[in-house]
Amino acid sequence: MKWDKNRIRNFCIIAHIDHGKSTLADRFLEYTGALSRREMSEQVLDRMDLERERGITIKMQAVRLNYRARDGQDYQLNLIDTPGHVDFSYEVSRSLAACEGALLVVDAVQGIEAQTLANVYLALEHNLEIIPVINKIDLPSAEPETVKKELEDVIGLDASGAVLTSAKEGTGIEEILERIVTMVPPPGGQAEVPLRALIFDSHYDPYKGAIAYIRVVDGSVSGGMQIKMLAAGKQFEVNEVGVFRPALTSVGELRTGEVGFIAASIKNVKDCRVGDTVTGFRNPASEPLPGYRRATPMVYCGLYPVETAGYEDLKEALAKLKLNDASLIDEPETSEALGFGFRCGFLGLLHMEIIQERLEREYGLSLITTAPNVVYHVMTTAGEIMEIENPSAMPPAGKIEYIEEPYVKATFMVPKEYVGPVMELCQDRRGVFTHMEYMSVKRVMLNYDMPLSEIIYDFFDQLKSRTKGYASLDYELAGYRQAKLVKLDVMIAGEVLDALSVIIHLDKAYHRGRQLVEKLRGLIPRHMFEIPIQAAVGNKIIARETVRAVRKDVLAKCYGGDVTRKRKLLEKQKEGKKRMKQVGNVEIPQEAFMAVLNVSEK
Amino acid sequence: MMMPAALYIHVPFCLKKCYYCDFISYPFDAGDAGAYLDALFREMRRYGAVLSDAEKRISSLYVGGGTPTCLPAAGLCAILENAAAHFNLLPDCEITVEANPGTVDPGGLRELKKAGFNRLSLGVQSFQDRLLRVLGRVHDVREAVHAARQARAAGFTNLNLDFIFGVPGQTLDDWMETLTGAVELFPEHIALYGLQLEAGTPLEKSVAGGSIKACSEDLELSMYLTAIDFLAAHGYLHYEISNFARPGRQSVHNLGYWLNHTYLGLGPAAHSYLRERRFHNYTSLKSYLDKVNRGETPVEAGEHIPVGREMSETMFLGLRLLQGVDLGRFYRRFGRRAEAVYREEINRLEKNGLVKVEAGWLRLTKKGLPVANTVFREFV
Repeated sequence: MKWDKNRIRNFCIIAHIDHGKSTLADRFLEYTGALSRREMSEQVLDRMDLERERGITIKMQAVRLNYRARDGQDYQLNLIDTPGHVDFSYEVSRSLAACEGALLVVDAVQGIEAQTLANVYLALEHNLEIIPVINKIDLPSAEPETVKKELEDVIGLDASGAVLTSAKEGTGIEEILERIVTMVPPPGGQAEVPLRALIFDSHYDPYKGAIAYIRVVDGSVSGGMQIKMLAAGKQFEVNEVGVFRPALTSVGELRTGEVGFIAASIKNVKDCRVGDTVTGFRNPASEPLPGYRRATPMVYCGLYPVETAGYEDLKEALAKLKLNDASLIDEPETSEALGFGFRCGFLGLLHMEIIQERLEREYGLSLITTAPNVVYHVMTTAGEIMEIENPSAMPPAGKIEYIEEPYVKATFMVPKEYVGPVMELCQDRRGVFTHMEYMSVKRVMLNYDMPLSEIIYDFFDQLKSRTKGYASLDYELAGYRQAKLVKLDVMIAGEVLDALSVIIHLDKAYHRGRQLVEKLRGLIPRHMFEIPIQAAVGNKIIARETVRAVRKDVLAKCYGGDVTRKRKLLEKQKEGKKRMKQVGNVEIPQEAFMAVLNVSEK
Repeated sequence: MMMPAALYIHVPFCLKKCYYCDFISYPFDAGDAGAYLDALFREMRRYGAVLSDAEKRISSLYVGGGTPTCLPAAGLCAILENAAAHFNLLPDCEITVEANPGTVDPGGLRELKKAGFNRLSLGVQSFQDRLLRVLGRVHDVREAVHAARQARAAGFTNLNLDFIFGVPGQTLDDWMETLTGAVELFPEHIALYGLQLEAGTPLEKSVAGGSIKACSEDLELSMYLTAIDFLAAHGYLHYEISNFARPGRQSVHNLGYWLNHTYLGLGPAAHSYLRERRFHNYTSLKSYLDKVNRGETPVEAGEHIPVGREMSETMFLGLRLLQGVDLGRFYRRFGRRAEAVYREEINRLEKNGLVKVEAGWLRLTKKGLPVANTVFREFV
């Protein structure tokens, strides 16, 4: 197909988890013949196993569709997939910036969810043409009229012309494609000026290096061209340019308005960061594209191998993951309790869980994870401001003037009968109520200002269980605020176990300390000696439990000389001990380190 | 040189299974018993034909169960006759039969004695009827005492009594009463077992279900330590974790296990340790009978014991004996010193006061005794 900027449409899909984005994308591929049904494994765009399991998109994908419209013309439609989770909102904003239009897909039964709303606002900020699509109309409980009213009342969109579709049954697909052609404007930009292309994603290929996913805004790019990454300041020679069909397919050139990829022997994904601008080296653009910022980690935790010998494997696995993930940060750190490991920074809780799971699943590592924490700002009595990413780095209380913690503006959308439980939860978590609004007769939008630390600790599970899964949550960072925070330490046999230290609000320290020692008492096996378990704030012990000493541990006689059975029993017990961490004289099982992660609320 | 071996014969029948038992036994049935004896004799014949003369030198024969005395005395005598025919029972051979009160009578006991059984092991378990009921024993205290006296009357001069402590509902006073009752019968040997709640047994299910409360660990430990002192005061030598004997009356058969000597087990579910292998017969009576009757080996499974494992077993079995492991003997057996092979383990345990090395023996300390498993684990 010949390049004609007016026949290009770049669009994305905004949808809540489970509202059918991936199924819809699959239908587009099928309808336009990019892939036959037989060629498609279920939901092609969700590439990672983890994404399939969780039904969410973590890593973005893109695809080019060739579509002959009702006007008889051939169009190039570029679908840029967006991650559907708050952790990746910066990535979302960059993929929106690469589009001119967005399909807003809403479930006909469930209505708008908080994250959808956040992304719609982002899309509106980028002046995207928004095409409302109401999906799952095949379901008996579908209420498309209620959903339309929500769209109008909450977002202020004209939803009268919303496309009613069932991605599952394939109805309404052509209608959506037609709307894209007629409603989404063709890309702007100028063909005859120096190259400017926006990187909206990347992935690492072991043969080709980092592959940048780009939207050409101005000019064009082709093989052999010398390019430069404006923010990274690095220069490369393009080896290959291509498009997503959805497999990566070489083409000679990518021209103004087009979406595709470039490979340029880029060794490190950090050199092609999302949001950076690609330009020509010999004839560079004077201005970068707007909106670049480096992704900053919001959540940190320590990752340690269960067996000390696993350190090198962990190091190697993290290095490999970083090839594909420029937002993952790791620093070697040493814990007195856990030995050598890494303090890792993540975009959010989901990002953290994904990395942990991939390390364990894809790299077969056995890990101990410390409780996640946010980044605290500590003003010392000496007038210094410290950024604390690790509770054990917290200066002693006497040297602290005050501590600030990050807050977020949280938006909940919830059926009205669950407003009470959500408010109660937010209150428990030090939330400050700011706003409440009825989105429809049945659903309410709630706004709270909350400490981020409260959200990363067992919040989603609580929200889910208190609202039977009907609440959705979105949040954005809203600066730092002072709070009465303290460091809660756990001492086992008199020694502080640094890996269990947490920073917590003073009012909650006693309760959490008590829960923690009670839980640990059940998890630490009995030894030959008594083991006191204490929770302390500063020098003050706030809770204490004791693991009693083993007094008797004898096997009965081996009846009829069954020595094998007895040996196996001893071996099994010994094997159990091997998986524990030796801290001082005490052997501590892995679960004990996890205890801080899931002390039950009740 | 080959040590004389021990011979174990498993009789897989009981009148009724006790509530705490998870071993193989079947309700007694005369037809099954006949088939069992035929197969057992065939198995003996088979070994008689394949073992070397040295391997057939037997220093102890132990007929255990189950409840061997479920069988008519004539059956037990036939077992002994056949064993004597196919093996070389040495002149001082210890020949034990296990018996349960309620399954013995004076005539039968006299027959056994006459046939050559020279040691009787009686499962008395407790001197409280209510605890015997908790355990699901078929006899009461009166019958147990009778059985012991009948054994004496029949001429048994080497008598062992088994007792269990840590029974749900058992008090320290109950236990003292039991120990007092035990020594009043003047047995040559006493075995004390801490009750193990084996998964799936009726007693374990009752405890798990909450209808019966388990004995506390502290109480069980008190019972154990009390018994050690009490029996010592009454002239019993504490020679193994669970076993006490008047001087010179230690069980030859069990010493063989603890010294990691060879033994051959016959009958269903019987275990053997021979020619560097540990193996056991089919546990189900039916499979055992089928195999033997078809002229095949009734061995169900086995494993080779390489030297490293043999050393390990020699350590943790030997440490059950209060005298400990004879380090010189270990060296003569393996050509390596236990102190070197297990240097780290021994150092660690010594540091914690659980074992000590003294005059060429490695043994449990008083502190190590109640937590012997912790010590044994170091050697596997």
